[in-house]
Amino acid sequence: MKILVVDDERDIKTLFEQRFRKEIRNGEFNFHFAFSGEEALEYMKNNDQEAVLILSDINMPGMSGLQLLKKIKEKYEVPPPVVIMITAYGDSENYTQAMQLGADDFLTKPVDFIILKEKIKALKV
Amino acid sequence: MQSSIAPFLFSLLLLQRLISFSKINDNQQWLRWFKYARIFAIFLFFAGIILSNLEITRWTWHIFLVSLLLFAFQQNEMRPLRMFLAAFAPYVAISLLTDLTKVTANDFFNRWETYFGNAFLLSVIWLLAILFSQYRQNKAAEKERLTRLKEDEINRAIAIRKVELEGLVAERTAEITLQKEELEHTLNELRATQDQLIQSEKMASLGELTAGIAHEIQNPLNFVNNFSEVSSELLDEMKEELEEGSKQYAAGSMQSGDEKLKIAEEIANDIKQNLGKIIHHGKRADSIVKGMLQHSRSSSGVKEPVDINALCDEYLRLAYHGLRAKDKSFNATLKTDFDEKIGKIDVVPQEMGRVILNLLTNAFYAVNEKKKTAPPPPTGGIKETQNEYMPLVTVKTSYIPSAGGMRGACSISVSDNGNGIPPEVLGKIFQPFFTTKPSGKGTGLGLSLSYEIVTKAHGGELKVENNEGEGATFTIILPVKKQNNLR
Repeated sequence: MKILVVDDERDIKTLFEQRFRKEIRNGEFNFHFAFSGEEALEYMKNNDQEAVLILSDINMPGMSGLQLLKKIKEKYEVPPPVVIMITAYGDSENYTQAMQLGADDFLTKPVDFIILKEKIKALKV
Repeated sequence: MQSSIAPFLFSLLLLQRLISFSKINDNQQWLRWFKYARIFAIFLFFAGIILSNLEITRWTWHIFLVSLLLFAFQQNEMRPLRMFLAAFAPYVAISLLTDLTKVTANDFFNRWETYFGNAFLLSVIWLLAILFSQYRQNKAAEKERLTRLKEDEINRAIAIRKVELEGLVAERTAEITLQKEELEHTLNELRATQDQLIQSEKMASLGELTAGIAHEIQNPLNFVNNFSEVSSELLDEMKEELEEGSKQYAAGSMQSGDEKLKIAEEIANDIKQNLGKIIHHGKRADSIVKGMLQHSRSSSGVKEPVDINALCDEYLRLAYHGLRAKDKSFNATLKTDFDEKIGKIDVVPQEMGRVILNLLTNAFYAVNEKKKTAPPPPTGGIKETQNEYMPLVTVKTSYIPSAGGMRGACSISVSDNGNGIPPEVLGKIFQPFFTTKPSGKGTGLGLSLSYEIVTKAHGGELKVENNEGEGATFTIILPVKKQNNLR
């Protein structure tokens, strides 16, 4: 399963790679990392519909996660990739906005990787 | 009868004068006596007319007048009247002498009657002349007295006016002193208020920072926690691999034993890398806290070499996240263009940080305002979104080399693509308490304090370039010392 992770923190890559090392080693998950919304859109354009799951931070310089979410949901109609928003600001405003824009799930930082893993695995089924 | 008119009139004249003198000198005893004497004179006059006995009345007149004169002459207090009394003396003496001569030597008198008549006439003329001159003198004296009285009155009026004026002056002085004290009090209050406002401006900027700081600390903390957990897991895994490897070696399977060892080694490398990350993020959190403490601490006012680019970067993040935390819908593209040639510059870090923060907060506010009023992005295809307003805040630093006698300088520009500054308020933006923000949103001290910090404390300049409707650029220019260690 191809997963695109969007976050402006570069160390998120190392962290994910270690947290999901077994799944990566098994070939279960395949991660790609983008460090801004723009980069994520660029990647999606070049790798057509490859990523089925997108994990995106909301609060990023430039294009925000919500803008990215809106664009993804507008552009990629069938089948739209599953988008899970991950943010440090877990307020209701952010949550409802994300849900209105079509987010499939909403997680707050710090991320509980066990829950995230379960959610991803549940999607796969 | 005829002969009693003259003594009567003269005695009345004399008594009148004596009475008035007694009145002036306030001598009640004399006054009483002289009044009785006057009554007596009047009585004598009428007695003379009724009785027609001239002999008795004539002699009574003589005794009366002589004793009156003698009495008056004897009084020391009546010295001022001597001249007046002297006027009567010849008349009294001559008329007495005439009568005495008539009685004692009638022949002699008849022979010398003309002389007696002449002497009598002369004495009357003398009396009248003296009285007239006295009258004139008195008149002149009276006139002088009146003038003096008038002068006295004027002087008294002036004195009264003077006292009044002095009273007024004292009153005014008291009023002015009171006003002065009130004004001083108000001034002190204003100073205290200003200090409080400056303090609250600092606190407001700290408030703007706290949310950003919380976010900024949360991220490194998450990494520290996550990498610690992962490392702990990795250590377990490594132990497993190592145990597995030794088992393989013991079973004689060297190749799979090597493989396990290789995996363990890889894990060890990962752990080492993680520890590096933990240290990095721990330090990151540490520097944020330090920065926050530095910002809240009252300025030491001591300049120290500061990496301007790092300072700008730090406050850019803090300002952005601070605003972002307050206003969830806020978003802007941050662009940095740092000139590495600047190196370290002597500034008071918390003060310069406050200036940069203030400029950034204003820039973010400007773009956010424009975004709120900008037309909503057209719905539909992605290419149309190019017309959408994209908030952009740029921080640019550059080194200006010394040229033409000018010292080297460094500039820090904060630009936004908001609505710019309306030209009519452009001249006022550095004034204290001027703000375009709605009441309660800004203290109006941000830019004026920034201006003071840059120009007074750092000898620099704070300039503004304005493109109305397209944004504004604030530029700090700081002089660079010659021994600046250029990289």
